[in-house]
Amino acid sequence: MSATQPVAAPRASLPAWSAIIPVAIFLVVAGFFAYGLTRDPKALPSTMIDRPMPDFTLTRLTPERDALANADLIGKVSLVNVFGSWCSSCVLEHPQLTAIAESGQVALYGVDWRDPPGKGADWLARYGDPYLKTGVDSDSRLAIDLGVTGAPETFLVDRTGRIRYKQVGPITPELWEDTLLPLIRKLESEPA
Amino acid sequence: MRHLVLIAALTLTPVALAQAPSAFTPAVEATAHDLGKSLRCVVCQNQSIEESAAPLAADMRRLVRERLTAGETPEQVIAYMTDRYGNFVLLQPPLQLDTLLLWFGPLLLFAAAAWGWLAYLRPAARRDLAPAPLSDTEAAELANRLVSGGKA
Repeated sequence: MSATQPVAAPRASLPAWSAIIPVAIFLVVAGFFAYGLTRDPKALPSTMIDRPMPDFTLTRLTPERDALANADLIGKVSLVNVFGSWCSSCVLEHPQLTAIAESGQVALYGVDWRDPPGKGADWLARYGDPYLKTGVDSDSRLAIDLGVTGAPETFLVDRTGRIRYKQVGPITPELWEDTLLPLIRKLESEPA
Repeated sequence: MRHLVLIAALTLTPVALAQAPSAFTPAVEATAHDLGKSLRCVVCQNQSIEESAAPLAADMRRLVRERLTAGETPEQVIAYMTDRYGNFVLLQPPLQLDTLLLWFGPLLLFAAAAWGWLAYLRPAARRDLAPAPLSDTEAAELANRLVSGGKA
């Protein structure tokens, strides 16, 4: 003979709607992952847009060339391209910069970033020099002032010397046609 | 064993020790070192500028020291950096409106879990699990069976 124990049914006392809580939590977490994992972790928010170009006077690329400074950027729409002889993406970007220079649509300036003396000039002699003027930023002073994280990086500067667009990574033909060129035309129609 | 010690000694040597003697005063160097540990090396993502061997980190270290030497406070130097690189340059995100979830999310999850657990354990829930008292017929039936020695 065995004593029959009253077996209580282990029913949860939570209301019926609570069954959707785990589903809801899953959807929220999945949403965060879907957003977070599809973003480029290297793409940083740009804090420099609509700010004036910082004051700078760069070192000459070679003794016989002019130094690049702020004053060069005033009065016309210009593109300031940060490059370096050590930067492999800059080689990829170079044909597009040459095409931009030949199109004559915008004043193109170069910032030779973190290059020892002579290296930038050698690099431009080898691949061709698309820049109106180039300055050397050997110790990253201008680069840090611009919030640069890598080369190539390009700043579109309006006629008053304010930064209006920042491109991280090489300028592609598509970016030039679809984004930069229309923006340059718009900036040119703005009063100086 | 001797090899292990050698490997450990080589790998654990801080890179900072390999640097050339500083051109800055010890006070500036100490402040800059503390400050630099809170600043992210923007090209290497998860190292501070004090730990990183990246050239840009070296330039940022020097810039931090120069600005401190020029008399800026650590707060001003940090403001200079966040002004250019955004809050990303800070290894510890600041407490502000869009980081509330980041700071208090874990606490929120913990509170939700604690609430769920307590709701499960609370006496009211337990009472539901206890068997209902016997009705009169059931009590009579039980008494009857006990008397007859368990035979139906």
